[in-house]
Parts: sequence; structure tokens; C-alpha cells
Amino acid sequence: MSNAPVNNGRRRFLTAATSVVGGVGVVGVAVPFIGSWNPSARAKAAGAPVEVNVGKIEPGQLIRAEWRGKPVYVVRRTEQTVADLAKIDDQLRDPNSEEPQQPEYAKNAHRSIKPEFMVALGVCTHLGCAPTYRKGDFNEVVEGVTDGFFCPCHGSKFDMAGRVFQGVPAPTNLVVPEHSFPDDNTLLVGVGQGEA
Amino acid sequence: MFANFMAWIDKRLPVTEAMNKHVVQYPAPKNFNFWYFFGSLAMLVLVNQILTGIWLTMNYEPSGDGAFASIEYIMRDVDYGWLLRYMHSTGASAFFVVVYMHMFRGLMYGSYQKPRELLWIFGMLIFLVLMAEAFMGYLLPWGNMSYWGAQVIISLFGAIPVVGEELTIWIKGDYVISGATLNRFFALHVIALPLVLVVLVFLHILALHEVGSNNPEGVEIKKKKGTIPEAEQSKFKFHKQYADKYDIVDAIPFHPYYTVKDIMGVAGFLILFCWVMFFYPEGGGYFLEAPNFTPANGLKTPEHIAPVWYFGPFYTILRVVPDKLIGAILMFAAIGMLFALPWFDRGVVKSIRYRSKLHLLNLTQFAICFVILGILGTLPATPVNNLIGTITTFGYFGFFVALWFYSKNENTKPVPERLTK
Repeated sequence: MSNAPVNNGRRRFLTAATSVVGGVGVVGVAVPFIGSWNPSARAKAAGAPVEVNVGKIEPGQLIRAEWRGKPVYVVRRTEQTVADLAKIDDQLRDPNSEEPQQPEYAKNAHRSIKPEFMVALGVCTHLGCAPTYRKGDFNEVVEGVTDGFFCPCHGSKFDMAGRVFQGVPAPTNLVVPEHSFPDDNTLLVGVGQGEA
Repeated sequence: MFANFMAWIDKRLPVTEAMNKHVVQYPAPKNFNFWYFFGSLAMLVLVNQILTGIWLTMNYEPSGDGAFASIEYIMRDVDYGWLLRYMHSTGASAFFVVVYMHMFRGLMYGSYQKPRELLWIFGMLIFLVLMAEAFMGYLLPWGNMSYWGAQVIISLFGAIPVVGEELTIWIKGDYVISGATLNRFFALHVIALPLVLVVLVFLHILALHEVGSNNPEGVEIKKKKGTIPEAEQSKFKFHKQYADKYDIVDAIPFHPYYTVKDIMGVAGFLILFCWVMFFYPEGGGYFLEAPNFTPANGLKTPEHIAPVWYFGPFYTILRVVPDKLIGAILMFAAIGMLFALPWFDRGVVKSIRYRSKLHLLNLTQFAICFVILGILGTLPATPVNNLIGTITTFGYFGFFVALWFYSKNENTKPVPERLTK
């Protein structure tokens, strides 16, 4: 033991400095542990956005894309179809899309970015069956409405904006996924408008 | 021979000393009643869960593709697999039964009050970890209720502003609940949380033995040194850790008196436990829910998603609030209130036996509200159920608020100096 006087200030400084350096080390070590919980490269690839060429869809035609294991319905609606949407508001459960079943930018009368294109998951909100597109003969299930979606499992009905009719088992409108249009002919499902 | 062996050990590790301090010469109040069974029963169930859990992992396959099938394999093809699994699944529900009883005991006799605040907090931490453990364990069979139950609970974190959505993806390790989620829940369920749980139980008991056990009278048995005449002190030999510091009255050593009593409790408990396990292993659909007999399916929501019964009260509180974020906050606050209970209660009288009529009424309404909230949690959310749920949610929180107000100047009965019965 040396008899030199103790410099308490220096000791405190060294203790604090060691603690800070040690703390930085702890934070550094935590990075891989926390980071490894992020989706893996494989999960990211499987969940990657999907591009759909919408340039060749005929008016009134539906095409299916697959995104994150779920079917995405894309329909090119005619102007008449879009104009008719508002007429059946009183027959719907949630005509104004109050339930958060769509991104904010699709919370409008036609539930999409462009009135022309309907984009929705083809998964019935009741028990997950795939609703059938009934073009021209939807009036067999709903009088006076020519086009719509009818779920064959339990008879839920949705209109041409994926809005659910009253008196059916499905509780909410079809889900509109995040989507955007990088150019006029391309629909990108999985990336929202203004995100990428 | 044995004495020599123990002497050899004791020179190197204080085994006898520890046994004396915590078991053979630990002073316990002489008046423990029925409600004091549940601490030791909780330990018994913990051992059951750990043992059967280890054996289940020997045949369980933690992967999205294999989990459900491996449970069926355990149930049908593994010798005694069905028994081990039912011991584990019934044990989970039994764990919550005994823990809720144990906690209610604490409420009745003021076992959370000064100087037992830290003991109570360790207990609450155990409760919290236990809920996480049960929640993650319930995902592992990869049945459809496992899947959608986890979906509902994880999506709660999505209610947090700004980081919510990112956080849920980080928890899931995928954009949907998938094999990645299952694997991490498995790791937490079988390694991380059990380790934490065992450490917390250890600390809970250490803290208990430091402050000493409370009792139904809420009267301390450890008196200030030199205040009690020799003749009136307890005749038993207690460890010097306690005897040197205090004059001990109305106490008996934990062993053999309470070890024998607890064995009685264990026998009674096991009769009930086995009856349920052998005759009603699914607990009428409350321990193992019907949709869980079909594999997880991200495209098929069960018609009615109900949590397992022991989450019922907190789930109802979540559900009666129309706003998702506030609902989630209130649900966690419900548990937070219990943590803070030692500070809500400003009274000095511990036991319900000597507290005011008002306190008896308040505690009774709290217990009733808790049970009703629990029942509602398993029922569909109809307007009537929501109304009852709202009222009982007020009852639940009202307990703490009212307690804080009246406990300061409560009209209590005189508390005896010594244990009377």
C-alpha cells in the first residue's frame, strides 16, 4: 500500500468513465439480440410488395394477385359502376368505411386511390373464404344491383368497393391492402401511397 | 456416518444452517388457516409445470409445419404423452387458481402492507411473468385459437402511437404470426421466462423470511427485544437470526408443523387436480378451447375469440373501452394498480377482521367485480355484457380509489397485542 494521499475526484472520474464505456458495451451487445427479432431475409422476401400490371385489364374484369399468401382482387370498374356505388349506401353496414379496414388514403367513396381500380383482399371478413365475383348476375342475390361479390361459404355479400351488405354474417368491409401506383400501368401492393 | 457426511458438507456449504434458518427453525405464526395453503401449492404446481414441460419438449416440434401434428403425436403415440400434456395444461389453469387465491389472501389480511411491500411486489412480478408464460405457452399447440388469441394480444401493441405497427412486426418476426413467432415464443416459454420465474420465487421467499409471515390476525409475532417476559415467549428453538433480534411469541417452527399441514393441503389439492385432469381435462372448453383442436389458419377466424379463463378479467377491461389504445392502457393499469396497492392503502390495521365495515364491503365488491369481469371475458361482447363490464371495471378501479380515501382515517376495531385465535 502506498501512503500517497487519495485523490477522490480522480477515483470518481475513473469510476464514471469506466461505467460509461461499459454501458456503451452493453448497448452494443444488445444490438444483435434485439436485431435478431426483426423479420428474417426469408420472411421479408415472402412479404415483399407485389407488382401487378393493370394496363391490360378490360373494364369490368377482375384479376387476382397473390401477396403475403393472400389473394388480392383488382377490378377495373367502369364509370357507371363507380357512379352507382353511392346509390346503395342505405343497404350497407359501413358505407363510409368507418372501420379501419383500409389505409387512410382509401377512406373515400370508392375505397381506392383511383376510382377506376378496386383493390381488396379476396378474403371474406367472416371466416376467410374467397368471395366470388358475380358480374352481371349479382341481382340474383341482391335485387337491383348488377355487380358484386358473393361469398359461397355463408352468403356474405360485398359491393363493387368491397363494402359489406347488411344482414350477412361478415361483420366488416373487405380489407384494402396498402397499395400505390408507381406509374399508370403498374399497381404495387404492399407499399402505401407516398411511402416508397 | 450421515452426521459425519453432513459435517463435511457444512464446512464447505452451509446446508444445515440454511435449512434451520428457512425451514426447521423458521418462526411461523401459529394461526395459519385454509388460505395459507396456496403459497406451497403454487410451488407444487410450478414444479409440476417445469417437470412436465421438460418432458413435453422431448416430443414437441417448435415449427409452424410440425407443431400441431407433434401435439397430436404426443396425445396419441407417445406412451403417457396424453397424461404429461394434461398435467401441463391442467396445471396451467391450476396455477392461476392457486395464485388468485394466494393474492386474495394477501388482500384480506393486509399482507402487502408495511413492511411487506417488496414481498408483495415480487409476488406481483411473479404474477406478471406467469401471465406472459401462459400467453406464450398457449400459442405453442398452434391451434386456431392459439393463433387468433396471439393475433389479438400482439395487435394490442399496434395501438401504441408511431412505433406500434413496427413493434408488432418486431415481436412477430414476420408480417403475420408465423413459424418465426412460434419459435421465439417457444424459446421464451421454455427457457427465458421459467428462469426468471424461479429467480423471482426465490427472491419472494427470501423477502418473506426477512420480514416474517403475516397471519389472519395481522398481528406481528416478532416483538421488540426485551419487551416480553421469558415465560410468555414461544417455547420452540428458533434460528438466532430471528431469536437474537426479537422476542418471538405465538410462533411454531415451519417444520414439522406447517410442512405437515401443507401435506394435507397438497393431498386435498391433488384429489381435485386429478379429478379435473382425468375427467375434465378440457375444463369444459375453458382450459382447452374447441377451436384449438383445428390447426392454426391465418385465413379463418374463429367465430368467437375468447382468451383462456384466467385472462378474462383483464380482457374484459380491454374490451369495454371503445378506444383501442386507452383500452390497452387501462388493462395494464389494472395490473399496475395491484403493484401500487401497498401505497393505495394508507391504513395501519392489516387484517380484515379488525378493519371497518366499509373496507369489508369494498373488498367484497372488488372480488365480485373481478369474478364477473372474468366471466364476461369468455362471453361475446353484446351491449348488455359491455354495460355490465363497464360497471364492474369501475368497481375494480373504484376499490383502489376508495381505499386510498377511507384508509387514512378508517374506523377500525382495536387490534389485540397477541394472537387471540
